[in-house]
Amino acid sequence: MGKIMNDRNKKLLNVNDLHVSIDDKEILKGINLSVNLGEVHAIMGPNGSGKSTLANVLSGRPGYSITSGSIEYLGENINEELPEIRARKGIFLAFQYPVELPGVRTWQFLKSSVDAIRKENGEKELGVKEFDQLLEVHRNKVEMNPDLVKRSVNEGFSGGEKKRNEIMQLSLLNPTFALLDETDSGLDIDALRIVSNGVNEFKSESNAVLIVTHYQRILDYIKPDFVHVLVDGNIVKSGDGNLALELEEKGYEWIKESISSGN
Amino acid sequence: MLKEYLSSLDEQFVSQNQSEQEWLRSLKLEAFNTLREIGFPVSRKGNEKWKYTSVSPIVNNVFLLSKPKDINIDEIKKQAPWSDDWYNIVFVDGFINKNISNIPDSGISVSSLGLSENSIGELIDFSDDGFAALNSAFLSDGLIVSIEDSFDTSKVLNIIFYNSGTELEFNNPRLHITAEENSSSVIIESYVGGSNKNSLTNSVTEMELKSSAKITHYRLMSESNNTYNVGYGRVRLSDDTEFYSSSFFRGANIGRYDLNVLVDGERSHCDLKGLYVTSDEQHMDNFINIDHAKPNSSSNLFYKGILSGKSKAVFGGTVLVRKEAQKTFSVQSDKNLILSDQAEVDSKPALFIYADDVQCAHGATAGNIDEDSVFYMRSRGIDLEAASKLLIYGFADEIISFVEETELKNFIEQKFLESLPSYKFEF
Repeated sequence: MGKIMNDRNKKLLNVNDLHVSIDDKEILKGINLSVNLGEVHAIMGPNGSGKSTLANVLSGRPGYSITSGSIEYLGENINEELPEIRARKGIFLAFQYPVELPGVRTWQFLKSSVDAIRKENGEKELGVKEFDQLLEVHRNKVEMNPDLVKRSVNEGFSGGEKKRNEIMQLSLLNPTFALLDETDSGLDIDALRIVSNGVNEFKSESNAVLIVTHYQRILDYIKPDFVHVLVDGNIVKSGDGNLALELEEKGYEWIKESISSGN
Repeated sequence: MLKEYLSSLDEQFVSQNQSEQEWLRSLKLEAFNTLREIGFPVSRKGNEKWKYTSVSPIVNNVFLLSKPKDINIDEIKKQAPWSDDWYNIVFVDGFINKNISNIPDSGISVSSLGLSENSIGELIDFSDDGFAALNSAFLSDGLIVSIEDSFDTSKVLNIIFYNSGTELEFNNPRLHITAEENSSSVIIESYVGGSNKNSLTNSVTEMELKSSAKITHYRLMSESNNTYNVGYGRVRLSDDTEFYSSSFFRGANIGRYDLNVLVDGERSHCDLKGLYVTSDEQHMDNFINIDHAKPNSSSNLFYKGILSGKSKAVFGGTVLVRKEAQKTFSVQSDKNLILSDQAEVDSKPALFIYADDVQCAHGATAGNIDEDSVFYMRSRGIDLEAASKLLIYGFADEIISFVEETELKNFIEQKFLESLPSYKFEF
């Protein structure tokens, strides 16, 4: 455990005693989490435990209020940072339910995104041809149908195609910190393999991945370095990849019981 | 005020050209007598056709009949969709301007009003419509087109109605199109021009599709904020016809389009799409009717609106399926994007079905863009303003994407979307 944990230069994310409410209802009740470059973390937990809230609040989704605590990303407090600024600084959220954007062409959407991020990094916008070539490379990685790029974003896509589109964006935008929110839900085995390959190909020593998932299944494909169990807004247990297997075997009730019995 | 207006029209009517052909004289007289009897639809109580649109601002002006004028072709090109590859026919203040029009010499016959009696007015019922009666009573010039099956379908027939915006003038153009059997054509009908002075364009368009004819029709209204534009369109479809008509509205102070398509044939399809983009204090009223009178035909009515400022839009869309019209398939929807608290849309889709074996659906929505869409884009680094713009364009593109003529599509994108004030969705 903790292969590079103490290396300060590798520190990417530090969540410190984070309390988050939606409409005055407290969902996250003091989260502490530290993520370094090169690591894959999995957040597991039963429905309603606050997993998706954590992913959303890290990406800056409006509607959540941080009542106390802090999110530090690359050494800066980003509690108040706009979602687009976070994205440009390298935070990426793969959505549990990718949104359909009628009339907005996938191509246009992706180009706007790539250009916005390039601009932040002081690079020029890409020409049409350059972008086409770049897109082609990443589209092939996830075996996404080329016709889908010409269509409206996610409109009329199957569940699997939507998730592939998310992973294609992950590959294309090459963020520093990738949040995958229930990416495995609704995927058949083939799609799961393709999506997982995409994530595995993406991860490197210069980025980090946080996977939010209910089931252990995806962790057969994407091996986590750390597993955290979230129950009722708190991380109640952390461990290595074996914790996921144990959870799969014994169920979330086991964790709940072991907490209440004080073990 | 209305009384004063009618008596002014009275004088103007009498002083019109007396040397016109007998059929035209009697048509005008009948229309004028009707107008005197029914007046304009100023009262909105119990008046379903004009329930949400007040015509008082129009009829409180005393308009004078327009006179022929010359115009520089560059001015037209600036304001209207144009390609030198098209047949371009230009009306200026209701009169065809032959100097800047190029009228096709084969596959089509074109004539001005007064040259032939033709079947003009056959589809028009002005007995309960003051504006249609006004058009007929003061017909100054018109275009009568007959499209033969030998017409070169790669050529677009671009008919421009340019309003010079001369203060308090009104003009009454007439367009009459007969699509002969097996013919196919693309027709653009656009209303452009205007100034900061009040003026009125009061048009009537008739289209008759004979069996197996196809028309792809675009209607544009892109005038200045001080014009009034009242349009009245009547279309009749015979067997095996296809009528595709897309309407785009960007301007006029008060705009109104009353379109009625009579599906009077079997195995025919009527496809009406529309995009209205209103801003400032504009008012746009679409009053659309599809009348299925024969079995085995279909129709699709799909309109969208983008409203900002203090503008107001009205959508009245009615599909009537008569008892004989079994196996009719019809869908209609009207979706609105409202970008300001002070903008308003009155959307009223309606279905009247008297046949028992049909498939019909309708719906209307009004609202803002949903929050999830905006967040999805922001989470990809796209800022709120750019995301809003992409989403507004996307909303409009669902209609604009059906335009196949590149020059026209570019014109619409430029006139309709780039002119929108920059906008940020707030949550």
